[in-house]
Amino acid sequence: MKKLWRYLPALPALMLSGCTVDLLQPRGPVAEMNRDVMVAEFVIMMLVVVPTCVATLYFAWKYRASNKEAEYLPTWDHSTAIEYVIWGVPAILIAFLGAISWWSTHAYDPYRPLQTDDNVKPLNVQVVSLDWKWLFIYPDLGIATINQLDVPTNTPLDFQITSDSVMTSFFIPRLGSMIYAMPGQQTQLHLIASAPGDYLGEASQFSGRGFSDMKFRTLAMDPAQFNDWVEKVKSGSENLDDTTYPKYAAPQEAAPVQYFAHVQPDLFDGIVAKYNNGMVVDKTTGKVMHMQSVLNAAPSDTGMKE
Amino acid sequence: MAHEATMSPLAHADDHGGEHHHETPNVFGFWLYLMTDCVLFGSIFAAFAVLRNQYAGGPSGKELFDLTNVGIETAILLFSSITYGFASLNALAKNKTMVLVWLAVTFVLGASFVGLEVNEFTSMIAEGNGPDRSAFLSAFFTLVGTHGLHVTCGLIWMVVLMVQMMGPQDLSERMMNKLACLSLFWHFLDIVWICVFSFVYLAGVM
Amino acid sequence: MLGKLSFSAIPLDVPILVGTFLGVAVIGLAVLGAVTYYGKWGYLWREWLTTVDHKRLAVMYVILAIVMLFRGFADAIMMRTQLALAYNGNPGYLPPHHYDQVFSAHGTIMIFFMAMAFMTGLMNLVVPLQIGARDVAFPFLNSLSFYMTLVGALLINISLFIGEFAQCGWLVYPPLSEMQFSPGVGVDYYIWAVQISGVGTLLTGVNFFTTIVKMRAPGMGWMQMPVFTWTAFCTTVLIMVSFPVLTVTLALLSLDRYLGMHFFTNDAGGNVMLYLSMIWTWGHPEVYILVIPAFGVFSEVTATFSQKPLFGYKTMVYATCSIMVLSFVVWVHHFFTMGAGANVNTFFGIMTMIIAVPTGVKIFNWLFTMYKGRVEFTAPMYWTLGFMITFSIGGMTGVMMAMPAADWILHNSLFLIAHFHNVIIGGVYFGYIAGMGFWFPKAFGFKLNEAWGKRAFWCWFVGFYLAFVPLYILGLEGMTRRMNHYDNPDWYPWMLVAEAGAIVIACGIVCQLTQLYVSIRDRNLPENLDLTGDPWNGRTLEWSISSPPPAYNFAVIPDIHGLDTFHTEKQLGLKAHGKPLAPIHMPKNTSAGVFIGLFSFILGFASIWYIWWLAAIGLIGIVATMILRSANRDVDYYVPVSEIEHNEEVYSRRIAAAQAAE
Repeated sequence: MKKLWRYLPALPALMLSGCTVDLLQPRGPVAEMNRDVMVAEFVIMMLVVVPTCVATLYFAWKYRASNKEAEYLPTWDHSTAIEYVIWGVPAILIAFLGAISWWSTHAYDPYRPLQTDDNVKPLNVQVVSLDWKWLFIYPDLGIATINQLDVPTNTPLDFQITSDSVMTSFFIPRLGSMIYAMPGQQTQLHLIASAPGDYLGEASQFSGRGFSDMKFRTLAMDPAQFNDWVEKVKSGSENLDDTTYPKYAAPQEAAPVQYFAHVQPDLFDGIVAKYNNGMVVDKTTGKVMHMQSVLNAAPSDTGMKE
Repeated sequence: MAHEATMSPLAHADDHGGEHHHETPNVFGFWLYLMTDCVLFGSIFAAFAVLRNQYAGGPSGKELFDLTNVGIETAILLFSSITYGFASLNALAKNKTMVLVWLAVTFVLGASFVGLEVNEFTSMIAEGNGPDRSAFLSAFFTLVGTHGLHVTCGLIWMVVLMVQMMGPQDLSERMMNKLACLSLFWHFLDIVWICVFSFVYLAGVM
Repeated sequence: MLGKLSFSAIPLDVPILVGTFLGVAVIGLAVLGAVTYYGKWGYLWREWLTTVDHKRLAVMYVILAIVMLFRGFADAIMMRTQLALAYNGNPGYLPPHHYDQVFSAHGTIMIFFMAMAFMTGLMNLVVPLQIGARDVAFPFLNSLSFYMTLVGALLINISLFIGEFAQCGWLVYPPLSEMQFSPGVGVDYYIWAVQISGVGTLLTGVNFFTTIVKMRAPGMGWMQMPVFTWTAFCTTVLIMVSFPVLTVTLALLSLDRYLGMHFFTNDAGGNVMLYLSMIWTWGHPEVYILVIPAFGVFSEVTATFSQKPLFGYKTMVYATCSIMVLSFVVWVHHFFTMGAGANVNTFFGIMTMIIAVPTGVKIFNWLFTMYKGRVEFTAPMYWTLGFMITFSIGGMTGVMMAMPAADWILHNSLFLIAHFHNVIIGGVYFGYIAGMGFWFPKAFGFKLNEAWGKRAFWCWFVGFYLAFVPLYILGLEGMTRRMNHYDNPDWYPWMLVAEAGAIVIACGIVCQLTQLYVSIRDRNLPENLDLTGDPWNGRTLEWSISSPPPAYNFAVIPDIHGLDTFHTEKQLGLKAHGKPLAPIHMPKNTSAGVFIGLFSFILGFASIWYIWWLAAIGLIGIVATMILRSANRDVDYYVPVSEIEHNEEVYSRRIAAAQAAE
């Protein structure tokens, strides 16, 4: 038993080996930037934190009351030189970090469209957060899914995000940045998956009782495979439109994956407009348009007060 | 709205610790409280500013506001500040009867202001334009109503002071302090009303 | 007649709650029985419940804080246990309905009723003594503030046994907290508890600001104020500016819920983003309201136990003030993921990082206070050293999250949870406990047991790292906060480690209780008694008077000639001011605070349950009590010179006895 203790220090490493540390193992350019910025900050801050901690322990030990050898200056309380250093060093570091912050926030603004080297046409995905599941509408393909997001690799993904319930947050850790989903608002997010894989997707803002199961799989696959998948979905029979939508939008915990072969084209706009007195901003033109969505008339099961 | 009234009874701290501090902290403390009240109104103004165009298909300020009515309210409230000023001057001159008279005038003016406002609110609600109609109306009712509630608290406070003044407290040092605090409160509400008038009513109609 | 309240509101079907209720009832009855048995009701009422003495209110605040710490910690360990179990299909023992209340209550209680109460308690005890005042500016308001805080705490705890608590987090974000999604009384409990205690806090802010501005001893200019008083001053400014915003935000939410308005609803033009902005306009300064006084404690503790003046006093003051100002321009960093423009995000990110500069300066100041000093390793000093290390790490992760590009992946993750516990436990809690150990002799006349204090420190220190380092890692592994169960095998082992950490922290709390018990038991041992009133060779005015001080604090208000006047005079062997004694004007105790508290409780409870006639009684009761109080002219008295002389004589004899013993 005693021998086992010797291996104790190795335990954390053991626990991490074979694990996926999502934020440190990015699978897309945005997530890579997120990670690089985070790690850079960590390293830079460590330049101050480690010496500070060491100095704390060293000073406390060296100048302990029982150590009569150490110098004792009972009235010393000021040194202009030291003050310059203790204001100056953190200020320089923060200035440097501020510069990184400026650059990274602008260069990787979630609202900024991304481009691949070979100018692949972006894939539009409309994301609707429901109680407690995710609806993904592929407006250009006319299909939709619940709780499973299939995307082609190395293709810019343009997400338009809203909620038809409470506020929550759309997050695929290994692809990078998250953004809130809010009823009546359209937020945007641009990501790219650079490698095929099965990634965790989640709601990161607490949204009520079914929150813990509000997860989805993000399946990144090469474009040819993706096209096959689209065809497969299209061959299904489920439709998503004004009449079937309320059924799927009703609160549900741990909702199963669902494919829709056909989606009513203005469904997403209708969901946004529902909370804006019928108004919705058209993404392409930037103009406000009026929706005559039947969603307004049919009381949705999420309990909207009319 | 519990906190403004809690201030009135603290006058007892008068000269407590006064051997080395000659000014009373009461008026200063009350002034500080008013500054926090200012932040409170500021927050409601901010909410109003954000929601002022959210009509949700309901009426806008232009369709709802009757500037004549609001103009009369404003005149009444501004005038009540002047009459309170007369009460303060008479208090300094230790003329208790005139203090009571001017406070009574101020009270009547304040009460008419509240009456007009209640009247405005009830008619709006009766027409189906209550605070639950739209975010704009929620913010409108809350902002104007919070001010009205403050005025109402001021009126209650005024009555209490008038009764106490007729009793043994007379125009004692403690009562003078209370009058000074209420004076600050009353003038402060005037200033808030000017902002309400400009940013809610005038800007809403224009 | 009883609004929404019915017998079914009592959760008899939840064994945990029934057990808790029985436990609370047994302890409560035992306490009440003991008070009755020893015939202490009169004493309790006259000397404590109706007191306006800042020192006694301080004690009551800290007791409230400690009780709330138990409640909040019980919530914490329940959550950790749930997550150590609820893996891979196992639902754990707390269903979401219960679990969601637990995490909401944990945050609310720890911030509003543990940390705020503790902070207010320390301020109450120390500030008037440090500035040479006889009490605060408005002693009655001070009592009222306490009862407002107490009523808030009561309401939140009653929600355990009658009805339910909020299930949408400690800041009850709408639209989840709106009637549409939370039709129960949970959010109403939250709103009323926080609103009522918030009024108390606001009054405390006004009260202490006035006290510090108006009641400093003659000669004490701004730059002669002890650092703790400076930090208390900055905190009161933050309270006065930020708490009205909280009041408004929650009032708007309650208008939505009670009157069907549309500030934050999904429909009719409500705006969730408005709530986020408003709540964090209060919420970020709130963090500094809590931590700035803790910085003050560390400053006093480090200087005293290094037997040196604080290094860079002026720098410390400037740093504190700049943190105070900056705390108002950083709130957007709580929602970088809302979709604001890059310029907005960058501005708030950089502002947040800038706060690291004055904060870092403070750490270095403490460091150089120890430098070339004679550091005595007392328990408060342990907490201080533990703080300096832990807080540096917490500050580092804070700066990491201040960068929008990093926050976009760290937001709402367990990394965030680890970060703010890192600064709140490592900064705020360590600070308050250091302060409690430091000033305990002043309040009670005897010292806390050192050995148990150090044991408590080690448990907390080790337990903290065990409990929260795993959370940092889990955050990096993509785990979000507030999850009730999970399937990811990578997360499971770390959750077990975190559970172990929580258990070690529990041992720390047991050590602290033992410390209190042992200290009280051995209070009359000569090494524990504080006869001189200056057990640590202190620097500031509170150590110049007896422990515990008389109700009027200072027989003669001292004259101040500079920073640490008391210490300087002690070094020079100067003694006694020789000023003639005069009768001291003091405020009388009053029951008005108790009654206003009682009626506020009735108002809050009735409003939560829609019992409007009862709410009206509560409201009328509050107003009537205040009017009666303002008509009461019997509010003060004079302490006669003979009594002061007697007290002074007793004190001199105790000092002589202490010197003889040496």
